[in-house]
Amino acid sequence: MINIINIHKSYVMGSNSLHVLKGIDLEIKQGEFVSIMGSSGSGKSTLLNILGILDNYDEGAYYLNGKLIKNISEKQAARLRNELVGFVFQSFNLISFKNAMENVALPLYYQGVGRKKRNIIAMEYLDKMGLRPWAEHMPNELSGGQKQRVAIARSLISKPKIIFADEPTGALDSHTSYEVMEILKEINTDGITVILVTHEHDIAAMTQKIIRLKDGRVAETIKNGDLMQWKHQYMKELETA
Amino acid sequence: MFDIDKWQEILATVKKNKMRTFLTGFSVAWGIFMLMILLGSGNGLSNGVSENFTRDAVNAMWLWSGKTSIPYQGMKEGREIKLTNDDYGLIKDIPGIDKTSGRYFISGNMFSYGNEYGSYTAITCHPDLQEVESIEIMEGRFVNEIDIRQARKSVVLGKDIYDALFKGGNAIGEYVRVNNIPFKVVGICKEGGGTRHRNAYIPVTTGQRVFNGSNRLHNFAVTVDAKSIEESQAIETAVREAMAQKHKFEAKDESALGSYNKLEDVLQTMKIFQAIKIFIWIIGIGTLIAGVVGVSNIMLIVVKERTKEIGIRKAIGASPASVIGLILLESILITTIAGYIGLVLGTGLMEGLNFIVEQQYSASAATNGGNGETIFRNPTVDLNVAAMATALLIFAGAIAGYIPAKRAALIKPIEALRDE
Repeated sequence: MINIINIHKSYVMGSNSLHVLKGIDLEIKQGEFVSIMGSSGSGKSTLLNILGILDNYDEGAYYLNGKLIKNISEKQAARLRNELVGFVFQSFNLISFKNAMENVALPLYYQGVGRKKRNIIAMEYLDKMGLRPWAEHMPNELSGGQKQRVAIARSLISKPKIIFADEPTGALDSHTSYEVMEILKEINTDGITVILVTHEHDIAAMTQKIIRLKDGRVAETIKNGDLMQWKHQYMKELETA
Repeated sequence: MFDIDKWQEILATVKKNKMRTFLTGFSVAWGIFMLMILLGSGNGLSNGVSENFTRDAVNAMWLWSGKTSIPYQGMKEGREIKLTNDDYGLIKDIPGIDKTSGRYFISGNMFSYGNEYGSYTAITCHPDLQEVESIEIMEGRFVNEIDIRQARKSVVLGKDIYDALFKGGNAIGEYVRVNNIPFKVVGICKEGGGTRHRNAYIPVTTGQRVFNGSNRLHNFAVTVDAKSIEESQAIETAVREAMAQKHKFEAKDESALGSYNKLEDVLQTMKIFQAIKIFIWIIGIGTLIAGVVGVSNIMLIVVKERTKEIGIRKAIGASPASVIGLILLESILITTIAGYIGLVLGTGLMEGLNFIVEQQYSASAATNGGNGETIFRNPTVDLNVAAMATALLIFAGAIAGYIPAKRAALIKPIEALRDE
């Protein structure tokens, strides 16, 4: 599904160049539930942006669904994003002057689906999120958890193969965070690959695989079975710190 | 191109950002409004002035004799040029001369009828003067050929003279005394486009005979048959040369034979109005450009303000083209609608003004016996100009939206979506 080989990425700021990703290799298969962890500045968001075709990379190769994603035009990138991936963001990124239903329906607009039809589909997805009564509400009339559920519904409506979630629980309290994680888990059981970036260990622990980044490199990859042990080790690290 | 969904998307955006839309549209509406007012005023002024020109035939020309100022063929300057009835015959037959009338000045112009009397001007003329000076007959007739041939003592009174002497009573067939010589009233007239009608017209031959003029004439009023300044100048030159040859003076000697060519004046004035019109368009378009720059500026801010939204749209699959379309069409929509409002208000105001001007005109015409005084007539813009302005608006909207739209298309979703 996702295969990246020796990816490098630098940001140029004036005369300084910030080398963020220093050669990352990664393989994520269809249907995996992966979290990317790391301290701030470790490059986890950059990696997610590259995976989500929101950003380009300097060196290496990125294969998405077997297709090399390199030097593609804005137009192609937009189409790939629309068809293959869905995004969930920390700050929800709902369009403030559109109501919940219109927000959810937006990706279908860019697929050329008619207004009536896409609104019906959007209602179905809102229903799945338990938000049917809030369909006509504007984003500022919704709670954080509701907003994130609207955002998830929006990411799902185009039936993507992968969901990228950048700190999806970062702006939510722990109770709501767990609810959102439950939803993501459900999505994953439907066969959609979910990749999330987080710095919260309890959130990461709910995924099947954890990729820890450190200084632009993959520090370690922890599989499902090892999670418990890893958690234990992490707690110890915390204690000593 | 015409995609209902796209328009719905734009309409939704416009509807939900009313203040922004209003501000954007206002500058354009104002620009078009000013353009319409300027164009309307220009038209009004031009119409009013051309109407005033029609007081005399627009192609009238006057010639009058004087003393030479340039020595010619051994003759000294200061020689008096005397025009006669022969010159009348000569000028009449010059190609390009349409109507011709000669005039012999008579001195002393005391008019009396019964116990009423007053001082007015008696103009001796040929029948053609009626066309040259656009004289309107109210009653009776003008001087005719028989009057000329028989040197009949006929007089056509100006309306003011008639009013003063006859106080509304019957005048036709009555005798008025001009310098104590009885003349039979054959008509009552008004001067074209004028407000005072204090001239009386008598046949030129009668004037010459009764007031000791033998065959002398002092000036000529003619109309020329010309389409352009050049043509009319050529006819003027031809007349001057014919006269110069006959009376032996330098053809360009303005003091020997004075001439005033009205057509030249009219055409020149029309040229000035053309220039004013161009000037108005330049100012109007300048105002419009200011409006368009305003829209462009606001759209730039809009794009800045909507960076995040555009980033979201791009993240979920909006292509650069669709983003450009979104901004461009919004700009075109706003400019077109706002411009149209400005257009309607502007033309509406000018139509209203037209109504008032017309009323004032008819009011002044009523007090002046049918001849209104105004330099402002029909200050409206015709439909073609309005249609052109509409096309201009759509174009202006596209221009205004282009740079902001291009900038919107270049927004990188990651930058737009970065959480601050």
